[in-house]
Amino acid sequence: MNLHPIRAIYMAEMARTRRTLLQSIVSPVISTSLYFVVFGAAIGSRISEINGVSYGAFIVPGLIMLMLLTQSVSNASFGIFFPKFSGSIYELLSAPISHLEIVIGYVGAAASKSILLGLIILATSGLFVPLEIAHPFWMLTFLVLTAVTFSLLGFIIGIWADGFDRLQLVPLLVITPLTFLGGSFYSIDMLPPFWQTVTLANPVVYLVSGFRWSFYGISDVSLAASVGMITLFLVACLVAIGWIFRTGYRLKP
Amino acid sequence: MNDPIITINGLNKTYEGGFQALTHIDLTIQRGEIFALLGPNGAGKTTLISVVCGLVNPTAGHVLVDGFDNITHFRQARERIGLVPQELTNEAFETVWNTVSFSRGLFGKAPNPEHIEKVLKSLALWDKRNNRLMTLSGGMKRRVLIAKALSHEPRILFLDEPTAGVDVELRREMWEVVRQLRDNGVTIILTTHYIEEAEEMADRIGVINRGELVLVEEKAALMSKLGSKQLTLNLHSPLTDMPANLQRFELSLAAEGYELIYTYDGSQDEDGHGISELLTALEREEITFKDLNTRQSSLEDIFVDLVKERA
Repeated sequence: MNLHPIRAIYMAEMARTRRTLLQSIVSPVISTSLYFVVFGAAIGSRISEINGVSYGAFIVPGLIMLMLLTQSVSNASFGIFFPKFSGSIYELLSAPISHLEIVIGYVGAAASKSILLGLIILATSGLFVPLEIAHPFWMLTFLVLTAVTFSLLGFIIGIWADGFDRLQLVPLLVITPLTFLGGSFYSIDMLPPFWQTVTLANPVVYLVSGFRWSFYGISDVSLAASVGMITLFLVACLVAIGWIFRTGYRLKP
Repeated sequence: MNDPIITINGLNKTYEGGFQALTHIDLTIQRGEIFALLGPNGAGKTTLISVVCGLVNPTAGHVLVDGFDNITHFRQARERIGLVPQELTNEAFETVWNTVSFSRGLFGKAPNPEHIEKVLKSLALWDKRNNRLMTLSGGMKRRVLIAKALSHEPRILFLDEPTAGVDVELRREMWEVVRQLRDNGVTIILTTHYIEEAEEMADRIGVINRGELVLVEEKAALMSKLGSKQLTLNLHSPLTDMPANLQRFELSLAAEGYELIYTYDGSQDEDGHGISELLTALEREEITFKDLNTRQSSLEDIFVDLVKERA
């Protein structure tokens, strides 16, 4: 493995984040703060505790997960889509660089940004609600695994997309609804039994549940199910990317 | 000279949808030469370059770059190649320095600011190193693409229509840059629409048409083999008929008999139909002329003839 190309891609992508600091970091932090103001302070004060956790604190893991998922997908998809759009991808495809190195560079940068953002939002939420992290190791594990997995998904979307509208399609029409319906703002116990069963088909439920367990020790599904789901998703993304590079799908005619 | 740096064997490319862009291409590029690939639009020039550089998957055939297969040993093959694409494709918000340094890293080389400085200075980009690419003119952007391709010190440089849309002055400057590169041992393969460009720079010329390599020839040999010459004599008095003594020459009349045109290719001297014999014959017939001029067919004429012939 050659580290120079990985470093070049990683640093170029991180430089793009610095150039677009308002959009990349400040904007998601402000959005999350607004969620805290509305759901945590205004509405949350009228909602009783859930499993012994105040509503404001209860939604912290879900909010971080919401941002983590959307930002990972959006960063990684844009990172690979833009060279395709501008035509400068010729350089990437003609470089003596393996597929794995390309993925590490782009996905590594997108995941780094998302993890950084997740930690900033975590720190921001500490300003609004009292925080406790019962299992810091698992919290970081979920943070990193989710960021990497959804950055891989974003990378796939970036290669698949043939226009800016399609680039936004999956994050807006799939990721955001699944996250909102994935228990970010409620425990699935609060749903009627039928919808509880339906909700279990939503993979985001497992991520939010596992992540929330790492904070408060409470979860909707078992830790093993959460870890299993994120691992399954990670493997599925890796298989898809392997196929893309093997066949040259939307990259090489 | 037989020191191949690129060997292409039996290369075919059929795109999805059935369009055959390349048909059984066999080509050898010698180390250190400037090779010009000529062909009309859609002939397969860019596809051929793209296959060699790894941008397009071949349907069949093999490409060896300095002895390395460009698919099974893609690292060794690609690190030897620099590519300047036809389109002005740039990361608009990056600075010149950053984008050229990025290219060096992408091609697996450790940072080397001295080399980047040398490349930028050789392309007159040093003063623009901190400018964003979106602020540069078209000519400057093309130079940046060349700088990016040279950033990793390639042994082979592909220039796909390097001077398309570039003004005459800049074009000549670029030719000079290309010659310097060749002098430094870089093998150059360029595609061009400008026959003048190939005529000016190339050592060898390949003509591609409808995906087939029509011919590959040394430029000088091609010009002499296929290039015809014309001698035009402006006569004092018009000729209505060709005198019998002049029938053995390939002559024609124009401008209502005031112009006598002799077409030859240099081989006539050997069989007694050369210029001196013609002039002697004219004197014998008492045909006098007040002016004369000669014209040699350009590479463009040869190219047009070749393509037309095989259409």
